[in-house]
Amino acid sequence: MSIIVDHVNYIYGADTALKVEALKDINLNIPDGQFIGLIGHTGSGKSTLVQHLNGLLKPTSGAIYFNGQDIGDKDYNLKTLRSKVGLVFQYPEHQLFEIDVFSDVCFGPKNLGLDKKEVEIRAYTALKQVGLEDEYFYQSPFELSGGQKRRVAIAGVLAMNPDILILDEPTAGLDPKGRDDILDQIARLRQETGKTIVLVSHSMEDVAKYVDRLIVMNKGKVIYDDVPREVFRHFKELEEMGLAAPQVTYIMNELKSQGLQVDTMATTIEEAKKSILAMFQK
Amino acid sequence: MGIVKTKDLVFEYIRRDEEGNVEGITRAIDQVNLDVKPGEFIAILGHNGSGKSTLAKHMNAILTPTEGHVFVDGKDTLDEENVWDIRQKAGMVFQNPDNQIIGQVVEEDVGFGPENMGIPTAQIWERVKESLVAVGMYEYRKFSPNKLSGGQKQRVSIAGVIAMHPKCIILDEPTAMLDPEGRKEVIRAARALNQVEGVTVILITHYMEEVIYADRVFVMEDGHVELQGTPKEVFSQVEKLKSLRLDVPQVTLLAHELQKEGLALPDGILTISEFVSEMKKLG
Repeated sequence: MSIIVDHVNYIYGADTALKVEALKDINLNIPDGQFIGLIGHTGSGKSTLVQHLNGLLKPTSGAIYFNGQDIGDKDYNLKTLRSKVGLVFQYPEHQLFEIDVFSDVCFGPKNLGLDKKEVEIRAYTALKQVGLEDEYFYQSPFELSGGQKRRVAIAGVLAMNPDILILDEPTAGLDPKGRDDILDQIARLRQETGKTIVLVSHSMEDVAKYVDRLIVMNKGKVIYDDVPREVFRHFKELEEMGLAAPQVTYIMNELKSQGLQVDTMATTIEEAKKSILAMFQK
Repeated sequence: MGIVKTKDLVFEYIRRDEEGNVEGITRAIDQVNLDVKPGEFIAILGHNGSGKSTLAKHMNAILTPTEGHVFVDGKDTLDEENVWDIRQKAGMVFQNPDNQIIGQVVEEDVGFGPENMGIPTAQIWERVKESLVAVGMYEYRKFSPNKLSGGQKQRVSIAGVIAMHPKCIILDEPTAMLDPEGRKEVIRAARALNQVEGVTVILITHYMEEVIYADRVFVMEDGHVELQGTPKEVFSQVEKLKSLRLDVPQVTLLAHELQKEGLALPDGILTISEFVSEMKKLG
């Protein structure tokens, strides 16, 4: 279920005075089962890119292949694609509308034309996958807390049983515990189901902790595409792009520059702690 | 008296069914007493649903107390005659910029506030310029707001408040949607307003790194103030904050973790330079 992005360009408002080149020659290969982080400052083209992955936007030039098929082909079935590549927008809870949680999650699979039983099994599984307790199933989604609403919205996409789940800033506006809960749940989901996850994030600390591949976008281009440790070595370049490294990276680099022998590649608290303790044990 | 003062503030949300009968009452604010002095930088923390935003909405009379009082620059928010004055003195920036931008062009949107106040045109343009420069959006002044990203819109919203020259600005999770640089710019703009112009800043946030420069931090829980003090005092209580669904900056957490492993580090380290100099003493 791989996605290949092949020389994709996208221009907003082409043929107008206000045209903006949002994507410039993007080439990516997204194989099965990866946990990918996508970062870039506001306006770098992240959202434009993910909207291409499920056919919401069509490239101005270039092509996107899903399982070897060009999704830009005239007879390509975009409806199937959208059930296979699930996109969770920012603040997805604004799209909740049904009278109770369970009906809301049923809406997607019902639209796929599945029979009632299958729809309900999918909804139940999805709600379990996001860690929502049974007691909330028949409550109005609007009576839930912010974090719970967001889980319901994510479940709504999961119920379509996508192979690839793209989440656009799923933790925006949540408190720290809520952020950790959602991301832990996503990491668990990926482990249990092997789904590919693309996490669009503004939190360097979060991507350092969770993802195994990090794509950095700037001005419509892919600048880095590597494991987080390697990407964050370029923290000075990242800063020039309006990004940063996790605070840990700065701590370790500062310690090193003051003559303390620590691992500057550490990007998480756990790694930093190990490295610092190792220094004292010598 | 402080610029914003709450006295035994209580606020209850009343839930009603379709016929308008009372179904239940939720006490969102429970006996809060705050006294914010002019020129202070205040940060308010608390998990989702702890009452932070409800409290913020009392500070410019969007909500008025069920019991107790809120005074803004000495004026009681319960007196409707004061509302106009209060909203000029205490400007508010919300979490979602899409709900607060109305102009067709960025500079028009920013000029809307001062125009409504009856400021002469020449001065409006001056204010629009300085406000947009302060948030780093001057080069976008001719753009249509709907062409901007979420983060850029948020900075325009802040400029719109700054243009009214308020004495106090209340920022309700202004950086929830921004990238690291955008976050830094907004916080830098807020600190500059505070330090250079002497504007009182009340910042509500979920990002712990943003509050280390505050003069005082209040932590809300279940509608009341659970913890308060300087950032150092508050962030020294790592385990307590975690039990309140909150966090501490990474450097504070790292120091805390190392402390647990037996390294002789002090409580409440807030900055990298502090941490490095403590580490050098050990090394």
